[in-house]
Amino acid sequence: MAEPVSTSTLIGSDGFELHPADETAILEQLKHYEQPQAACIDALKIVQRRHGWVPDDAIPAIARVLGIGPGAVEGVATFYSLIFRQPVGRHVVLVCDSSSCFLTGFDELKQALVNELGVDYGGTTSDNRFTLLPVCCLGACDGAPALMIDNDTYGPVTPDDLPRLLEGYP
Amino acid sequence: MAIIHVDGQDYEVNGAQNLLQACLSLGLDIPYFCWHPAMGSVGACRQCAVRQYKDEDDDKGSLVMSCMAPAADQTRISIEDEEAKAFRASVVEWLMINHPHDCPVCEEGGHCHLQDMTVMTGHDRRRYRFRKRTRRNQELGPFIAHEMNRCITCYRCVRFYNDYAGGTDLGAFGAKDNVYFGRYAEGTLESPFAGNLTEVCPTGVFTDKSHSEQYTRKWDLQFAPSVCHQCSMGCNISPGERYGSIRRIENRYHGEVNGYFLCDRGRFGYGYVNRSDRPLLPEWRQQPDEEPTTLEVDTALARITDTLRHSQRVIGIGSPRASLESNHQLRELVGADNFSTGIEAREQACLALMDDLQRTTGLHTPTPRQIENHDAILVLGEDPVQSAGRLGLNMRQAALSRREAMGEKIGIPAWNAEALKTLGQDVYHPLHIAWPTATELDDVATRYPLAPEEIARLGFAVAHIIDPAAPVVDNLDPATRDTAQRIADDLMAAERPLVVSGGSLVSDSVLQAAGNIAQALARRARQGGLVLIRREANSTGLSLMGGQTLDWAMDELTEGRADAVVVLENDLYQRLPAQRVDQALARADIRVVLDHQRTATLARASFTLPAASFAEGDGTLVNLEGRAQRFFQVYEPGYLRPEARIHESWRWLHALAAGLRREDATDVNLDEITAACAEAHPALTGMVEAAPGAGYRIEGLRLAREPHRYSGRTAMRANLSVSEPRPPQDEDTPFAFSMEGYSGFDHPRQQVAFAWAPGWNSPQAWNKFTDEVGGHLSGGDPGIRLIHRQPGHRDYSLRIPAAATAENTLRALVLPSLFGGDETSARAEPIQQRMATPVVILCHIDAEALDVHHGDTLVLGDSPAMTVHEQDDWPTGWAGLPAGLLPGLAQGEALTLSKTTGGEP
Repeated sequence: MAEPVSTSTLIGSDGFELHPADETAILEQLKHYEQPQAACIDALKIVQRRHGWVPDDAIPAIARVLGIGPGAVEGVATFYSLIFRQPVGRHVVLVCDSSSCFLTGFDELKQALVNELGVDYGGTTSDNRFTLLPVCCLGACDGAPALMIDNDTYGPVTPDDLPRLLEGYP
Repeated sequence: MAIIHVDGQDYEVNGAQNLLQACLSLGLDIPYFCWHPAMGSVGACRQCAVRQYKDEDDDKGSLVMSCMAPAADQTRISIEDEEAKAFRASVVEWLMINHPHDCPVCEEGGHCHLQDMTVMTGHDRRRYRFRKRTRRNQELGPFIAHEMNRCITCYRCVRFYNDYAGGTDLGAFGAKDNVYFGRYAEGTLESPFAGNLTEVCPTGVFTDKSHSEQYTRKWDLQFAPSVCHQCSMGCNISPGERYGSIRRIENRYHGEVNGYFLCDRGRFGYGYVNRSDRPLLPEWRQQPDEEPTTLEVDTALARITDTLRHSQRVIGIGSPRASLESNHQLRELVGADNFSTGIEAREQACLALMDDLQRTTGLHTPTPRQIENHDAILVLGEDPVQSAGRLGLNMRQAALSRREAMGEKIGIPAWNAEALKTLGQDVYHPLHIAWPTATELDDVATRYPLAPEEIARLGFAVAHIIDPAAPVVDNLDPATRDTAQRIADDLMAAERPLVVSGGSLVSDSVLQAAGNIAQALARRARQGGLVLIRREANSTGLSLMGGQTLDWAMDELTEGRADAVVVLENDLYQRLPAQRVDQALARADIRVVLDHQRTATLARASFTLPAASFAEGDGTLVNLEGRAQRFFQVYEPGYLRPEARIHESWRWLHALAAGLRREDATDVNLDEITAACAEAHPALTGMVEAAPGAGYRIEGLRLAREPHRYSGRTAMRANLSVSEPRPPQDEDTPFAFSMEGYSGFDHPRQQVAFAWAPGWNSPQAWNKFTDEVGGHLSGGDPGIRLIHRQPGHRDYSLRIPAAATAENTLRALVLPSLFGGDETSARAEPIQQRMATPVVILCHIDAEALDVHHGDTLVLGDSPAMTVHEQDDWPTGWAGLPAGLLPGLAQGEALTLSKTTGGEP
């Protein structure tokens, strides 16, 4: 006879609970696709929108709602670099390191960001305001070097622009 | 057929294959990782590159992945091309960049596909001088060890586990050079086929934990061709022994039965052979359950024959987990009139009915591999993954094969796995399962949660729709009628419909219903099939042999018509209520028990004879197809433990019979016993042909049980005596307990103890022993069918059960259980760790009547506390209990469950 799905006994729970509104939203996304696994990215984005990131215990919860295995959800959740698996600050700064930006001042821009924020890639400022991450392309080559803060794209950006730009994200 | 040109030579190949498979089948070596004969091609690892030319005039050509290129007629390739060779060497170097230098401590070493391929490509110097990435490993439960540092990212594990076996908890995580294969969170791998990862993984990421505890390299193991004894499937296995204990079970390729894969019960359930409490010497007890006194062999035989001679009448109780030979010798000892099969009466009636249906319904019984070609399946009252493990994997492939049919229409070859997977997402051949609770196949099936009688009624209704001449089911509710119509439509629309049923529900009417559907399909001239699952390794064989039921034997003893009993490898307490067995055994003055396990029955024996398990003896079993298969002794227990007096039961029983006749116990060999058994039972005549006799030789040689590198033989017994005795001599089989003998692949043969070929140490060496890779063993697949379809039709069964009426009684519905439902493997430690906690499944109404909720506990008499599992669609009036939880509980027995009251019951 089939056994209930075993959950980890070795790693403690991180206390994640799927918000009822998010569950509804995921079920709504499911209707848009032929296969439930296709709604996986949307489901992860829904959870990330509420929590800022996707905690480990969200994986089996999303799997349950989608009716697919947790392995498949974890596979998608670890494949995409913009699905965050660790807590991030209130605002995420994505600095583009693709070829156009690389040729037009990415190095200086990145160094200025590191100096300004006091954290390197993957780091979050101590006031939990900013997390700095690289991104492989923002599709903003006409404005290289470019960066993105939350949903806003900026470019070209010089080191001198940074204090004013960051000011807009309290 | 197609002609391909490889390095200037012309070859005839199967044009439906890819170039890699075709070249390997020709015996040409191309290195590869991600391709697997059972799982097809994805072109992920880039290891199998060859140069392909457009035509005769093309002298440039281009590199292609041979696994992704069809072996079309007039294809021209070069394997030896310098650039192709350099490319392959670079690929392996790059796959090896992060691979640790840990072969000496890696348990894959010596049967590692990565080692073989690295040597084959000539990569023997590491140029990479930087840090390797390292991984955290996961605890994956009692069967599988995890060492991710060794991974070369071939994706075979997830392709087998998820795509082939339907698992959901293993995944590939991350991206680019940072990919991790494991569970989403640490914990036990849930798939009952997880053990195959140890063979599917080309290196040591997933290894056998049960082997790890007592590790021995493949070249130091002694093997024999064996047959799994843990269910009726008859998978071929290759158990490896060292120092008198079984160290691991490896798959033994069989083109028609198990292919490349086993279930986890078969792979990890061997621990009962190694138990330290096994009887090693004959024993004698004055009173049941007393501490026994050990006896010398001659004394034991003399005393047993003496007492048996003075008894009035001796009953012999055989066993469906013992060989045909042992059962036959028991029957010879006690006489046909006093022989019982050791099978409970209702189960035996079901077995006889199954034999009959297999002969007379007009449908052929496909081999497990042929099941994969059926395009619609109805499972009536069975849970194949739980009752016949490996068979469930075949049925899953049948459902998945719809994508191959779809691919064929648009020109995608059957080996192009990733393309077919994308094409056939969520599209399956119809698989209907009438079974009350969740099964492992539910994700590719439509399941109907019905009670046994309703399953039978549904089946009868399906038969009537297919052939109106089949009897009509009265008072059928509209919902069931619709279901029956849908099932009948699917079966009739299929080219090769398959009906699967079996003995799990011990229900005459379910089997009769399956028989009616099979007949109806046969009458409508369908190329259909019928598969009937039996419970134990030799249930089919015992049914063919025939004999009285176990109930009869109990009555003869209880009512004083016999005063002595000989029990063969059978724990009667697993089959009948303890009270009934107690009563019967109490009336027998002499109780001789032959077994390799200390069972409750053995504890009540006056005389015990230590029997050989499958690992120490030879014999023949008949699987659910009706295929007789020989298993061969792996090792001689007396060689490393001179004090042990373990022998095959047939040898003990032969000696007892000789003693009774006051003859000297001349030795006897397997061939004589097999021949005598075949002669005595017309239904078993073919069993002699199941395997070659002891005189079989290749190039004048016996067949080696040990690889030629087997080391330490002169030292392994030095703790007992520094002078090495002669190795044991095997008079029963053509195999030698030695590395001396034939172990090659150039002579076609059926019985292969272990697969090894120069340069091929891993299980992929089976490629060298097959007619084409993934095909059949070059000497033919082992075993011989004993049950054949007969011409003509039987009459339709009219035994349709009445519709269920509301009753107040709760009846037992014993559910087959892969881990715990089999008597012997349940004694193996890793299996015990995988057994479900005691549960009882109830519907909401019955739970309410008992005043319990999901998670509460119930007991039956003095049973362990069982956690209530409420299932919404569970049939009313039934209590679902996993097999093995309450030994002796009969299917359908009325139960009085009570709530546990305070403290532990």
